[in-house]
Amino acid sequence: MANRINRDQVQHVAGLAKLEFTDAQLDAFTPQLDDIIGLFETLSEVDTDGVEATSSVSDQLNVMREDVADDWGQSHALLKNAPDAARGFIKVPAIIDESEDN
Amino acid sequence: MNFETTIGLEVHIELKTNSKIFSPSPVAYGADPNANTNVIDWGYPGVLPTTNKGVVADGIIAALALHATVEQHTHFDRKNYFYPDNPKAYQITQSDKPIGHDGWVEVDVDGVKKKIGISEMHIEEDAGKNTHERDYSYVDLNRQGTPLIEIVSKPDIASPAEAYAYLEALRQRIQFTGISDVKMEEGSMRVDVNISVRPVGQEKFGTKTELKNLNSFNYVQRGLEYEEKRQQQVLMSGGAVQQETRRFDEKTGETILMRVKAGADDYRYFPEPDLPALNISDDWIKELGDAMPEMPTKRRERYVNDLGLTDYDAMVITQTKEMSDFFDATVALKADPKMAANYLQGDVNAYLNDNHVDLQATKLTPANLAGMINLISDGTISSKMAKKVFKAITNGEEPKAFVEKHGLVQLSDPAKLQPIIDDVLQANPQSIEDFNNGKKRAVGFLVGQIMKQTHGQANPQVVNKLLMAALQQ
Repeated sequence: MANRINRDQVQHVAGLAKLEFTDAQLDAFTPQLDDIIGLFETLSEVDTDGVEATSSVSDQLNVMREDVADDWGQSHALLKNAPDAARGFIKVPAIIDESEDN
Repeated sequence: MNFETTIGLEVHIELKTNSKIFSPSPVAYGADPNANTNVIDWGYPGVLPTTNKGVVADGIIAALALHATVEQHTHFDRKNYFYPDNPKAYQITQSDKPIGHDGWVEVDVDGVKKKIGISEMHIEEDAGKNTHERDYSYVDLNRQGTPLIEIVSKPDIASPAEAYAYLEALRQRIQFTGISDVKMEEGSMRVDVNISVRPVGQEKFGTKTELKNLNSFNYVQRGLEYEEKRQQQVLMSGGAVQQETRRFDEKTGETILMRVKAGADDYRYFPEPDLPALNISDDWIKELGDAMPEMPTKRRERYVNDLGLTDYDAMVITQTKEMSDFFDATVALKADPKMAANYLQGDVNAYLNDNHVDLQATKLTPANLAGMINLISDGTISSKMAKKVFKAITNGEEPKAFVEKHGLVQLSDPAKLQPIIDDVLQANPQSIEDFNNGKKRAVGFLVGQIMKQTHGQANPQVVNKLLMAALQQ
């Protein structure tokens, strides 16, 4: 097995995705992920010298809408679809970590 | 040991657009929780965001206002993290090609001018808002998708006072463009700060700490001052500063440890696949730049050099664009600039503070303020009478009509004043004698009598002149 990714990295990535794996699963997934990365490595065989990096494979550009507000009136239905709601809010288990981000 | 301080500021500014950055939901305050949300804001599977052209325009305007280079080949990136106020589990922001880079603002701290660099500015979406109660938290997604501009400073800020001045310069310039209210008390301007100290001469930056809960420019400065001293003391006692997040306590003025940072965040940025890239044309940049109002620094130069205001007056008048525009319009109507500046700083500001309103929400108009000032300048009313007139113009009344209606006309005609003065002198021979014996107080008494006779309408300067002439005969 080529060493493109190790067990610790798999565990780290799983943690970022809020997944918990058993030791046996980690042992199984590590070589599988390694193979997947290997598959993508095929791409590096293409000579990209002098080709500018792109952020998109779409040929669309400058797709924008005018700044006009439009209320789709969906809030009621959306709240009904939430796991739990109260007083118009989405009700979730108490959040302890205050690391709000933006 | 001598230390030098390095401060970095990340400022988030909420834009005043009609709709959200990637969905057409209204951007409005005071709505019921979750009322201004749709499937895009909730991050439902299969929905497709669309970029709000107004937000891109605002990003360009902000870049121009802060002397930054507009990145013409820009795109959005996806920043991945889990949090209940972030329904998609990612934020659409910019990382790779932010809309503006390498800007600056000029600050003036105790008469020393300095340019502070801005490394980049990007447009992004805000998250929702959580309210915490004992067993549950409550999520309101109204703010989700509200457009923000994040402005990141270069490590040029060397003191808490400079940080304050930088924020003030930033606030003013953005306020003048009209893209945001930039009010910290309302959350339309939010500030995250980091600070490190190092011994003078050390090349490597010191370990930095982050500060949270800074709800005013004043708290930013005080929090930084405390943290600067604390870090210096840690280093002087041979310790090491830990990379940590601290909370500023408004009551004690101290910073308190919130959490230690373990390792770098891992946001796995990648180009946002749902949104096509943007190519910003030269024409669009020019069009937006041409429509931009005159910036506060330019206006201050004009006020001081052309209109003879003091630096301080010019600074106060340019706190907001509305105030500055009001001043310009008042002066354009031939009002004396110094008097217009005094009224705006004094009576007008006091009126705004007492009533907790913004200038544009009042009935005051440049025409009525100029009208009142011109009535004072031409001697029609005294500045004492103007107090009543000022009250009237805050109710939208026309000053000339008000003055005529209430007979508030100052009596300046010597031909009319002379007989009254003669009568008063005749009735008070004792005062004339007192005056002749060197008692200057007698003059005040006589002026008071004349004012009484004229119901306070006599022009004090004219009365003084005529009275002195009569007494010295």
